[in-house]
Amino acid sequence: MKILIGIKRVVDYNVRVRVLPDGSGVDLDGVKMSVNPFDEIALEEALRIRDAGKAEEVVVVSIGGDPVQQQLRTGLAMGADRAIQVKTDAELQPLGAAQAFLKIVEREEPGLVILGKQAIDDDNSQTGQMLAALWGRPQATFASKLVLNGTSARVTREVDSGLEIVDVDLPAVITVDLRLNEPRFVKLPDIMKAKRKPLDVVTLEELGVDAGSNVSVTHCAPPPQRAKGIMVDDAAQLVQELKNRGLL
Amino acid sequence: MSRILIIAEHDSQTLNLATAKCVSCAQAIGGDIDIAVFGSAIGEVAAEAAKLEPVTGVIAVEAEHLANPLAVNWAPEAVAIASGYTHVLGPSTTLGRDLMPRIAALVGVNQVSDIMEVSGPHSFKRPIYAGNAITDVECAPDRTVVATVRTASWKAAGSGGAAAVEQRAASSSPAEHTRYVGLETEGGERPDLQSAVRVISGGRALGSEEKFGLIYGLADRLGAGVGASRAAVDAGYCPNDMQVGQTGKIISPDLYMAFGISGAIQHITGIKDAGTIVAVNKDSEAPIFEVSDIGLVGDLFQVIPELESLLG
Repeated sequence: MKILIGIKRVVDYNVRVRVLPDGSGVDLDGVKMSVNPFDEIALEEALRIRDAGKAEEVVVVSIGGDPVQQQLRTGLAMGADRAIQVKTDAELQPLGAAQAFLKIVEREEPGLVILGKQAIDDDNSQTGQMLAALWGRPQATFASKLVLNGTSARVTREVDSGLEIVDVDLPAVITVDLRLNEPRFVKLPDIMKAKRKPLDVVTLEELGVDAGSNVSVTHCAPPPQRAKGIMVDDAAQLVQELKNRGLL
Repeated sequence: MSRILIIAEHDSQTLNLATAKCVSCAQAIGGDIDIAVFGSAIGEVAAEAAKLEPVTGVIAVEAEHLANPLAVNWAPEAVAIASGYTHVLGPSTTLGRDLMPRIAALVGVNQVSDIMEVSGPHSFKRPIYAGNAITDVECAPDRTVVATVRTASWKAAGSGGAAAVEQRAASSSPAEHTRYVGLETEGGERPDLQSAVRVISGGRALGSEEKFGLIYGLADRLGAGVGASRAAVDAGYCPNDMQVGQTGKIISPDLYMAFGISGAIQHITGIKDAGTIVAVNKDSEAPIFEVSDIGLVGDLFQVIPELESLLG
């Protein structure tokens, strides 16, 4: 079985993002970029499945300009076997990304596609579900546990009311949550080895995917700040204050 | 004028509060508002949906294979109904986030995730970078708007209406490739975090699973839901589903009380829509005090018993 992993290049999660004064977006100038943390978890899971002998090949896919090759190399250094860049300078939205993934899926015929549950930049949480819909296959989102049983997978999903368990026949799309695993650290020799692994480039046009969208972002602003609060000295004052505000 | 369809979230017994919040968002968009209820044995839930104001109609689709909220089965039903509507809305709960993009893809549009404000029928505000920036988005007016509603940003619509309930047969057959196995819940009798009016949370300062019991005690006294910081969850004091924050639950109770929580950015992201934030922490420099409305520097092991005795 082959496993396909989606990797998105995003602002590193430790960076405090700053909105540009002209409202055109957030400041990306000189900002550290990384693999979306949820995608790292997706890749880690695929590597563990392969290393347990349940898959033969792990392929990482990223959509974007040439800088995404850095993140694909990170994926290869983690242990992926090969990489595919879907080259475009367009800011692809989730539906376009799902359409591009579908084209790659049709070429590669994976048994499993594992994606992060969302990217930490635009927080859309759409691409995996959209790919599953377009592909006409099962989706198991927000996975915190994944067990393969031959031709199906048992997935534990983190939902608001607790843990939901579903069985999905393969091929399927799984999106992963934080608690699925802890991704490995990349070692220097692996980074050297990754340079020799294959990285294929295919353009969005070659795949026949239109980058257009029905949704466009027109402005970006910092969030409103909460007003400064007060300090009380003890529990009695706290209770009195809550009563004054009609909260008790 | 807009015609808005809301996909109801429910557990077959009661309508989730998130649905009433979607109604408020739909009201801000303006137009006729219908609610679709999918499931089996959903008579009571449909009746509850029909009472939400100002809902125009309720469409109840009952079938055995719709009993559990599997997106693969619910999405085709939503799409079958959606053609008559300008907007299809669902909550930004895990159910909505799982279901709505599948609907959007089948309709052939991008989804607007997490509407926090409506600027016009096709103009919305939504957060990105975990709420560290707010974007304005414009939707093409000639396409269906499929969106999730950020529940923390909206008050629940009131009850008191009497919309008609229309029964419709399911239009699709069950997806054989996906099977619902079950749901494990750990919450017990306390109010659900997402819908609780009051939430009491504990952090790493509680020190142990046993001492975290103090939080449950105070919460039960106040009829509050119980939350926790990531640190408390990671330390094993309480289960995962109690985690409040960017990677846990984003909540908006009227009253949020944080005990022994320092206030990491990822936690603050989850609570900043709360009506009133109370923080109790030994460390006067804790960042939680920068966002709290009422702060108390003190030892929670003294403060909580004092609060309990003051509350009688």
